[in-house]
Amino acid sequence: MNRRKIKSPSDLEKLRQEILAKRDPKKPRIAICAGTGCLALGARKVITTFKEELKKRGLENEVEIRETGCPGFCEKGTIVVIYPEGIYYLQVQPGDVPEIVEKTLVEKKHVERLLYTDPTTNEKAIHEDEIPFYKHQMRLLIGNNIKVDPKNIDDYIALGGYRALAKALPEMTPEEVIEEVKRANLRGRGGGGFPAGRKWETTRNAPGEPKYVIVNCDEGDPGAFMNRALMEGNPHSVIEGLIIGAYAIGSHEGFIYVRDEYPLAVENTGIALEQAREYGLLGRDIMGSGFDFDVKIFRGAGAFISGESSALMSSLEGKVGAPKPKYVHTSIKGLWNKPSNLNNVETWANIPLIINKGARWFTSIGTEGSKGTKIFALVGKVNNTGLVEVPFGITLREIIYNIGGGIPNNKKFKAVQTGGPSGGCIPERFIDTAVDFDELTKLGSMMGSGGMIVMDEDTCMVDVARYFIDFLVDESCGRCVPCREGLERMSEILNDICEGRGKEGDIELLEELSEVMKDTSMCGLGRTAPNPVLTTIHYFRDEYDAHIKEKKCPAHVCKALIEYYIDAEKCTGCLACLKACPEGAIAGEKERVHVINREKCSKCGICYDTCKFGAVIIS
Amino acid sequence: MKKMTINGMVVQVEDHWTILEACRFYGMDIPTLCYRDGLSPGGICRLCVVEIGKGERTKLVTSCNYPVEDGLVVRTHTKRVIRARKMLVELLLARCPSSKTLQDLAAKMGVQRVRFKVKDEKCILCGLCVRMCEEQMGAKAIGFAGRGKERRVTPPFDIKSDVCRNCGACMYICPVCQLRCQGPEPPSVVCGACLNVEPVCLQDNDDVMCYLDTCGWCYKMKKR
Repeated sequence: MNRRKIKSPSDLEKLRQEILAKRDPKKPRIAICAGTGCLALGARKVITTFKEELKKRGLENEVEIRETGCPGFCEKGTIVVIYPEGIYYLQVQPGDVPEIVEKTLVEKKHVERLLYTDPTTNEKAIHEDEIPFYKHQMRLLIGNNIKVDPKNIDDYIALGGYRALAKALPEMTPEEVIEEVKRANLRGRGGGGFPAGRKWETTRNAPGEPKYVIVNCDEGDPGAFMNRALMEGNPHSVIEGLIIGAYAIGSHEGFIYVRDEYPLAVENTGIALEQAREYGLLGRDIMGSGFDFDVKIFRGAGAFISGESSALMSSLEGKVGAPKPKYVHTSIKGLWNKPSNLNNVETWANIPLIINKGARWFTSIGTEGSKGTKIFALVGKVNNTGLVEVPFGITLREIIYNIGGGIPNNKKFKAVQTGGPSGGCIPERFIDTAVDFDELTKLGSMMGSGGMIVMDEDTCMVDVARYFIDFLVDESCGRCVPCREGLERMSEILNDICEGRGKEGDIELLEELSEVMKDTSMCGLGRTAPNPVLTTIHYFRDEYDAHIKEKKCPAHVCKALIEYYIDAEKCTGCLACLKACPEGAIAGEKERVHVINREKCSKCGICYDTCKFGAVIIS
Repeated sequence: MKKMTINGMVVQVEDHWTILEACRFYGMDIPTLCYRDGLSPGGICRLCVVEIGKGERTKLVTSCNYPVEDGLVVRTHTKRVIRARKMLVELLLARCPSSKTLQDLAAKMGVQRVRFKVKDEKCILCGLCVRMCEEQMGAKAIGFAGRGKERRVTPPFDIKSDVCRNCGACMYICPVCQLRCQGPEPPSVVCGACLNVEPVCLQDNDDVMCYLDTCGWCYKMKKR
């Protein structure tokens, strides 16, 4: 498409009016989530079926189909929203498409069964603000995802996009931009929570040219995908923030580091950059201000450690993604030893908001030390999984129960792991803690990039610690001794405990090892790696004791410590478990009590799940 | 020249020095394993950690690559430092008990037990050979491959390197290949401590009190 260069802020406004004039707000529009989550659930088929169905009915010019970014409610994908009414249809299958077209687009009625149904009251919710998952959120960053087609820059401009850039470039000096970000007290969303404004200032004042700005989209935490959603759903918001940051810092070259496991993010960001260039929003003399800036995409090979700033820069330089000693900060000597400012995707996406609405507005949201909103990836044993954007200061209870809809199958909430594998487990008694950078650190956990894994009573905390440490053993770069050797030994001890070989003194050894790893590791990975072990020991020491002293797993998870047997009084001899057992370990006849052969039993738990009479018991 | 404090003593140091160089110049003994004069500091073994800062806000840093700065307060032997060094030696010893270098370090630091399962690896991945080959011999015939516990020293693509001149510098500098210790037998692993010189001053103070090499004199005196 041939796009006219935007040469001044008034050009941008004119373009926006032109785009809006071409669009009829009353024209029906079908927005279909084409984020990775929904695509995995078959959104592509839904989209093609919609196209075919509209064609069949001759409606293809009457109705617009828009493939959008992820609106966050991944549990209920594929998500289809019909505008202008804003009707939310959840879990849409290709088979539902003709009915939606028939009822909603032609007859203007709702398809009741595809609407959100409250699991307790059975009430239907039609619009976004009626669905409890969305109602309690504050969707400043991710809210636009369902409204824009990430492959079309006009959608973003129509919503007022690039206005912040049009404000910053001619009206504000770089110092004023930094001052505004500092006053907004924006803290880095990638994990450390370092004030972004201060980092920018350091880079701006550091000697050396050129200076670089970098977007960190190397999201590697298990169960976290908020950066992906932003990068593939609304890439222009990140790019706009990056251009403003580059202007403030005095950089003319930027990089977006995306892991290659996010192909859609790579694709959409590439298209977005290309379209921004066509409009003259990137390149020479941006908006007639005389400021030059361009961005390249760099595809990371997917190592968890490459999310660490110095490792990411090594990787960008074409070397192995391993951290370097950071006695001189990367903001002073980073990429190719030049001043380099690295921020997370979400941090960059906050910048246009701050410039548009001002630091005063931004600081009105959140708590004393943490301002604004944060996107969490709410996953695990919770009814509504997905991306949740909330203001800082909201309690864990509100996130898990009001937004997440509580724990499935009426189980009891046990703990929540925040901050990914290097974070910590927060037990039930702290569920009313207000979530912000400082409160989570006080509890021994951390904000991290915002992963939130909910665990119910069926979770063994020793097993959880073992899982995260095993993950980190694989992801450690292996360069320094405490991280490489320490993690491996930690994993060895935890595996021993889980398999019934734990011994007295193991807990103390784990604690001592953890302290030394925190003290002496080279980078953040090793320094935070012991967090899951330390927090689970701190809050669930009784479970460790049960594993070590009594050789029991209270949550019945650790296979080496449990036995399945059949209660003779409850067994009706229905043969259900016998047929289901993959090992052939259950003996019995019809209407006779069944027996499990312990030698053959692989402890898979299928018999336990199969039995309708509760006759299979775990001891 | 810069001014800094080492173990309570105010000293003048050259601008380009690292903490380790400053400490060694003034005679403070800091154990090292992956550090050698003439090679760039690796910061891998972490044995050279020292505590910097004052009051509550102190942290451990590796002295081999931390540049000196004005007003820096360094303590080379605190409880936190000693605990860290002992644990690191214990971890290394569990990996590679047949190294005399490691056994000597363990003995000198008073590491008398190994609480981890003992392996018999041939390499501690200190990277001395890699740096030696690159920086002194100019060959770059070997490097690191793999990540985490897969990490190993090897020529590129695991095939014999055509730039290797068989000079043997890598073997010369290796703290593990050379001087195989015949002493320890699992499960004891520690060879019986030829020498034990943990500074006893630590029992009463959080600093080393004598400014000589930790000679162990006071320890022996107390034992008597």
